[in-house]
Amino acid sequence: MARGSLAISVGAVFAALILFLTLGTLAAVAWRAEGLSQLSSDDWGAIRFTLWQALVSALISVTFAIPIARALARRSFPGRSLIIALLGAPFILPTIVAILGLIAVFGQSGLVSSALGLLAIPPIQIYGAHGVILAHVFFNLPLATRLLLQAWLSVPSEQLRIAESLSLSRWGMWRATELPLLRETLPGAFLVIFLLCMTSFAIALALGGGPRATTVELAIYEAFRFDFDLGRAARLGLIQVAICGAVALLSIFFTVPQARMSGLDGTIEWWDRSGVAKWLDASSVLLAVAFLLTPLALLLARGAPYLTDLPASIWAAAATSIAVAVASTALVIVASLSLAIAAGQLKRGEGIGDGLSTIILATSPLVMGTGLFIMIFPFMNPLGLALPVTVAVNTVLSVPFALRVLMPALRAVEEAYGPLADALDLRGWARLRWLILPRLKRPLGFAAGLAAALSMGDLGVIALFGNGEQQTLPLAMFQLMGSYRLDQAAAAGLVLVALSFGIFYAIDRGGRANADI
Amino acid sequence: MKKHLPLLAGLLLGTAAAAETPVLNVYAPDYFGSEWGPGPGIEAGFEEFCACDLKFVTGDVLPRLLLEGERTKADVVIGLNTDVTKRARETGLFAGHGQDNGALTLPIEWADDTFLPFNWSYVSFVYDTTKIDNPPSSFEELANAPEDLKIVIQDPRTSISGLALMLWVKSVYGDEAEDYWARLAPRITTVTKGWSEAYGLFTDGEVPMVLSFNTSPAYHIVAEEDESKASAIFSDGHYAFFELAGKIASTDQPELADQFMAYVMSSDFQSMIPTTNWSYPAALATADWPQAFQDLPAPDKALFYTEDEAAAIRDEALAEWRAALSQ
Repeated sequence: MARGSLAISVGAVFAALILFLTLGTLAAVAWRAEGLSQLSSDDWGAIRFTLWQALVSALISVTFAIPIARALARRSFPGRSLIIALLGAPFILPTIVAILGLIAVFGQSGLVSSALGLLAIPPIQIYGAHGVILAHVFFNLPLATRLLLQAWLSVPSEQLRIAESLSLSRWGMWRATELPLLRETLPGAFLVIFLLCMTSFAIALALGGGPRATTVELAIYEAFRFDFDLGRAARLGLIQVAICGAVALLSIFFTVPQARMSGLDGTIEWWDRSGVAKWLDASSVLLAVAFLLTPLALLLARGAPYLTDLPASIWAAAATSIAVAVASTALVIVASLSLAIAAGQLKRGEGIGDGLSTIILATSPLVMGTGLFIMIFPFMNPLGLALPVTVAVNTVLSVPFALRVLMPALRAVEEAYGPLADALDLRGWARLRWLILPRLKRPLGFAAGLAAALSMGDLGVIALFGNGEQQTLPLAMFQLMGSYRLDQAAAAGLVLVALSFGIFYAIDRGGRANADI
Repeated sequence: MKKHLPLLAGLLLGTAAAAETPVLNVYAPDYFGSEWGPGPGIEAGFEEFCACDLKFVTGDVLPRLLLEGERTKADVVIGLNTDVTKRARETGLFAGHGQDNGALTLPIEWADDTFLPFNWSYVSFVYDTTKIDNPPSSFEELANAPEDLKIVIQDPRTSISGLALMLWVKSVYGDEAEDYWARLAPRITTVTKGWSEAYGLFTDGEVPMVLSFNTSPAYHIVAEEDESKASAIFSDGHYAFFELAGKIASTDQPELADQFMAYVMSSDFQSMIPTTNWSYPAALATADWPQAFQDLPAPDKALFYTEDEAAAIRDEALAEWRAALSQ
């Protein structure tokens, strides 16, 4: 099994690298702090709030994603592939842009309140725990939808044709195909979103209306930036990893893997052509589009008039960000594909993959950046390493999303075609070239698109490594804001969103190509 | 080939000359070094006479310095703030600033020989004059303002201006601070992580008033010819906010570092501050300020905690702030 051993060793290298950048950096912070500090009662309050809001946000996101993904999977209509692509947009917004966009819609003087004002209804109150959840659903509903849609689209059309020819009832159809699909996919989607909400903080604070909405990540930021209490930061970081690990174990418990059947490629508009079902599907999609795209449209309107005022340096920063994104994406694909293949070969391999993903998502980027700095500094001057470090951290932070998409897809391919490929003695590169890559086109495109878009941001690690010379687009936008140039910052934010989305759209074509009839 | 020789020689000489140019590493916050901040002008001005290469290393100044400790590559640090310098001073990394405090033009007496202020302003609430006709003129009036007067503030745990507001309230209300925060709570629309988010919410029209600095309106007046932003002056007095520079004791360029500290006090440097940093210069007579800055409304009384006082009351004030705003 040459293929197996190679994939496993490459996967092991990446796994080691990931552990180094996550648990390793956490250990470095704790070592430098010479121990862990005690937590205050405020810290425990932050832990409770973080856990609660993450659970609720994730639950709502995956619940609402079900009808939307279902509608998108079984209907074909003009603009469908564009909508599927646009669903990726909120997820990749920089937080500061997202805050302003959401408040433009739901704030005191936002679109909704203004409309209500015309009817003499008082403005809605977005600030509070519900605001935090609204924001997190805004970010993560699209991701949940895409993850579920991916699963729905993996149902071969042959299976649907058989079901239809057997005249399965609506209930029978649900039980035979959709329910198993959800039982397999939902826990994983829930986990990813829960973990994302666990480490959120600027959004939670701004929309939560104040210190009630203190999250663990905010406490970590405070410990690093203000108190310089590395011990407290390390302890909070550990707690974050522990909570996330516990939830991850629970989600594995709830996941029910399914045997699949395979078929020739091709998607059909499937069952349930009744009026009510069509109406339900249409309204799910329309509501989702309105909810997710209105803030984006307002951001567009806010920034567009100032595009011509942008200084030339923005374009250099944009080029840097694109280079970072391209490098990270290539690494993410190599890393996650080899991890996924290795996971497929090992007993409980997918559990290991999920474990790695959980550790990554549970690690605070602040801990990662500081830990890396502590480890690099004794050996060389970390200044000027901003871009390599950003690429490395972006790569690691994108791996969970890629794994979440690739592992189930790869398993499906191996289940369906593995025995045949084995019989044909299709191994090593040939198997990758002729079986895996072609069959994974769609998930690979989605994974790469997500990784590229995520890497357009710099996720906060650059602050310790920057030397003032290399500038990324998010940093340039932040500097514009910091020097009162809010109009230009809005335009820079627009460029950032457009580029992130453009790069996502270009790479993710696979997700739409054969989704079209 | 021959005609390339002079070029080659020139290149070699040029490289040799570059290798001999000493480098002065100045750690500064992001905004400071950006092309919209004071950094580029200061770099050009200093390099004109220093025969050196001034490099701004931008990012999180204090955390980076604390992590690097004695092996820091910094020669000079600029952009620290009085409310956190205690921590910086305790590292023992800093040398005396070597400048004459008597030349400073601050609203308070400055006796520190380690950290040198280079700009300052008053922490203030900035409001939109098209939306607020009668701005509050004290903390009491702010708390009792009409229902629709809403503000956004910054979190004292993550933002330096948020911390300054917390100290400001504490200096006015003392033991009554928690009670005041509870009364102010209905006015606060939300609390943001940093100044940028809050100011963005203000300019986007979400709130008519925001926590910022009394020099903020100068940006709108000078750069945008927009007179609709003004700061509300409180009779309680305003907390003064200073930004500081310091020399690293272990610098391998002590003379250059001293030269730079002297340059900080020069009128060349100081006159760049108002319209690049949008704050008051720290060592320049009022008559030499840009007109817009001379015309800015300013309080009669400056309130200020020394770094020891600020450090001593921070935890208590923070607990009060959290308790009052978490209800």
